[in-house]
Amino acid sequence: MSDLIRLNASELVELLAKGEISSVELTQAHLDQIAKVGDAVHSFLHISGESALATARDVDSRRAAGEKLADLAGVPIAVKDNLTTTDAPTTAGSKILEGWIPPYDATVVTKLRNQMLPILGKTNLDEFAMGSSTEFSAFGPSKNPWDLTRIPGGSGGGSSSVVSSFQAPLAIGSDTGGSIRFPGAVTGTVGIKPTYGAVSRYGLIALASSLDQIGPVARNVLDAAYLQDAISGHDPHDSTSLPGSLGSMVEAAKRGSLKGKKVGLIKQLSGDGFQQGVRNRFAEALKLITDAGAEIVEVDCPSFEYAIDAYYLILPAEASSNLAKFDSVRFGMRVSPKGNPTIERVMAATREAGFGPEVKRRIILGTYALSSGSFDKFYGAAQKVRTLIQRDFDAAFAKADVLVSPTAPTTAFKFGEKVSDPLAMYLNDIATIPANLAGIPGISVPIGLADEDNLPVGIQFLAPAHEDARLYEVGAALEGILEGIWGKRMMDFAPELKVN
Amino acid sequence: MAKANLMDYEKALELFEVVIGLEVHVELNTNTKMFCGCRNDFGDEPNTNVCPICLGLPGSLPAVNGKAIESSISIGLALGCQIAPTGRFSRKNYFYPDLAKNFQTSQYDEPIAFEGSIEVEVPSGNKYTVLIERAHMEEDAGKLTHIGGATGRIQGAEYSLVDYNRAGVPLVEIVTKPVYGSGAEAPELAAAYVRLIREIVKALGVSDARMERGNVRCDANVSLRPHGQEKLGTRTETKNVNSLRSIERAVRYEIQRQAQILANGGTITQETRHWHEDKGATSSGRPKSDADDYRYFPEPDLVPVQPSHEMIERLRAALPENPADRRKRLASEWGFAELEFRDVVNAGLMDLIEETVAQGAKPQSARKWYAGELSRIANAEEKDVSELNITPAQVAELANLVESGKINDRIAREVLSAVLEGAGSPEQIVKDRGLEVVSDDGALIAAIDEALKSQPDVLEKIREGKVQAAGAVIGAVMQAMKGQADAARVRELVLERAASL
Repeated sequence: MSDLIRLNASELVELLAKGEISSVELTQAHLDQIAKVGDAVHSFLHISGESALATARDVDSRRAAGEKLADLAGVPIAVKDNLTTTDAPTTAGSKILEGWIPPYDATVVTKLRNQMLPILGKTNLDEFAMGSSTEFSAFGPSKNPWDLTRIPGGSGGGSSSVVSSFQAPLAIGSDTGGSIRFPGAVTGTVGIKPTYGAVSRYGLIALASSLDQIGPVARNVLDAAYLQDAISGHDPHDSTSLPGSLGSMVEAAKRGSLKGKKVGLIKQLSGDGFQQGVRNRFAEALKLITDAGAEIVEVDCPSFEYAIDAYYLILPAEASSNLAKFDSVRFGMRVSPKGNPTIERVMAATREAGFGPEVKRRIILGTYALSSGSFDKFYGAAQKVRTLIQRDFDAAFAKADVLVSPTAPTTAFKFGEKVSDPLAMYLNDIATIPANLAGIPGISVPIGLADEDNLPVGIQFLAPAHEDARLYEVGAALEGILEGIWGKRMMDFAPELKVN
Repeated sequence: MAKANLMDYEKALELFEVVIGLEVHVELNTNTKMFCGCRNDFGDEPNTNVCPICLGLPGSLPAVNGKAIESSISIGLALGCQIAPTGRFSRKNYFYPDLAKNFQTSQYDEPIAFEGSIEVEVPSGNKYTVLIERAHMEEDAGKLTHIGGATGRIQGAEYSLVDYNRAGVPLVEIVTKPVYGSGAEAPELAAAYVRLIREIVKALGVSDARMERGNVRCDANVSLRPHGQEKLGTRTETKNVNSLRSIERAVRYEIQRQAQILANGGTITQETRHWHEDKGATSSGRPKSDADDYRYFPEPDLVPVQPSHEMIERLRAALPENPADRRKRLASEWGFAELEFRDVVNAGLMDLIEETVAQGAKPQSARKWYAGELSRIANAEEKDVSELNITPAQVAELANLVESGKINDRIAREVLSAVLEGAGSPEQIVKDRGLEVVSDDGALIAAIDEALKSQPDVLEKIREGKVQAAGAVIGAVMQAMKGQADAARVRELVLERAASL
């Protein structure tokens, strides 16, 4: 394995700037790794080797000419396949979009192109980002590099497995209820859901518009900070994007401090019912946090009890409407049924053949939640819960600078374990969902391996809206302490990938 | 489609009270569409003014057209509405191939303007107050063309084409509250109301307001109930009635049709109906119940519209004169008889006359031209007067040529035909064709003297004071001058010469 691919993105930034490595060799090293482990991990739905190398060559020649480039120029990246790209098919993990090449780039993709990051390819996801394991991808699941019989988390299991198997130093994810943070936790990587609106959603194939947020996937906090700085900012194409800047995440990560911070321990998410190994690592992390000069305070968020229920009404409601456009008329799959093919029958047959079971489940649920007669009982009630959760957060942040919990109740589970039990699957997101409902930022940082299965465990920090910098500051501090104790980085614990 | 049995109109009104409600869609003339930067021009080559947003491609997001918000607020203010300090968009969910996203972005529970009222005058001179429930913003759908069916309708068609140029064009839908008490004048009121809305949006400059192009479209709700009954009857909604005359006819038709059914103990089906101009009848569309489930919910991709107080006040200050005030002002400025003025209003000639007067014509002669010759020609050609190929400036020129005696009425009509044929301005035509009346008294006197001498008996009568006898001489002179003489001047000279010969 080339040493280059094990380097952090922040190290690559410096080496590239100094001219000690070229973007072409760096990109090629990652393409080589993709060739080596790609089939086994199945992270990518599409690989764009040629265009990535073209970008890399462009970076190298401009650098050689003395041009001042963006920090991340030349650092390869992978993009979740629910972001539109004009030079690669965009499927959102669904058969209904198989082979569709969008006529426009997502704003985030445009930013990556403008800053000249070679885009290696598009990463796997649960169909339309509905799932926690990638088992609902129409193109087969991605694997967890720590144990190929286990899930890499979802929906962004493609991006988490890419980064944790050194196929790319950075990746783009999207987080609607934990789809960046949960995969981060179970693959020993760092995932951040920024404040709602911090990163433009233009070109992100919507799951639930009021919950979706694009964010960075990386192997450490500083790397993620570079990526968030690169992709955030107001976009006139997205009315919900924030007007101003949230400041520099890189500076916050470099500052990295826990001293004097009030860290709120959420009573409802303090570990009851969680896997013992998760609880152990979390307890140790809390002790380290205290030792680093932070004060732990308990905060009560009683409405979190209803978070999953509210989430699974709001999300399907919005999704049922967002997914209505997949009707075969203008793009994507078209199935003509036998007999008289009226438009209704063509639409129905296409959607029947094109959507997978979880998508259908949520469309039906959401359609029901919005129907007259059900609206107040379900969608309306869920919106009220959403308001209550926001109030819980307001009260909690009056007492604490950041809140803390384990990112997920368990480590990576085995394929097939929960796929037939939607409710069990939904519970993975119990700790991550409240942040989406409230629009606040959250980070998952690896804190070690669970005793019983030697699989990664993540801690989640949450901050008030617009205070993303706090997450980078405390996340980087804790990461630094842990790496000091371990004498190595989290990913250095990972077993060598066994590939044929 | 067979025409339904209709009850005699008078009898229908004896038995039932008519309640109408009107939904008018006004298409805004903004440069770009409601939620994207595509040109708002759907007459172009199909599917050329489209982008990922108005095609509803995966990943695209809407962004509100600020100009459309201003236009909508102006309409709301002109209708005396309150403007919502915060207005949300909602999604109206239903599957239809002309609807790119399979939902329409509209306003539901938070319209931008609500609770207004306007006074509408009908041809009889009666005035009705129509209460406005709301005016809300929404996007138009694409346009479907059904191919292979006999009538261009979906029934029997083999396939359909969709043009998304119209998808996302900004609309304002103005909805009235139920209108009671207009009785026999309900059809006229419906048409007068839509005419007034047209006048308003045209004066605001926010819409081209051409019904024949679909810039203003009306859905007319009609229900009947026995006099004295409180509960409203079942209504029908006649869709897209696209001329003022059709609105009037369609409402009248529905009153007669429903009355016949109800009087025979039948029930009205709540449904949409289509108006057929050629047959003068409505036909059944699709059933429509209040329980139609569009699964409305707030559009999560858009932040609420929050017009500032300053913006609302700026738009309020910029409102043109309201139509009622304007009518009052023009009536007094022009000095027409009451009936003359009402005819002008009912014929929709106010704008044209106002402009023509502004171009220098006397109000009374502008009125005569428009209400007379121009209306006659327009009727014959089945056009609106405003569509004739003549500008108010040209009408003013023509009127002044007559007024100053340079041409007479007969020549003026000839000049008018030439203008309509595109031969140029009236003055130019008069000059090119040498149509100016002979105002050289010498030539006239020579002709008069000759005529008087050749008819000594007439001369004698005139001298005896029987001035009406001059007519024969005047006729002969006009003939000799090939009509190009001012008849009044000829008469004057005839009397003068008769005395002096």
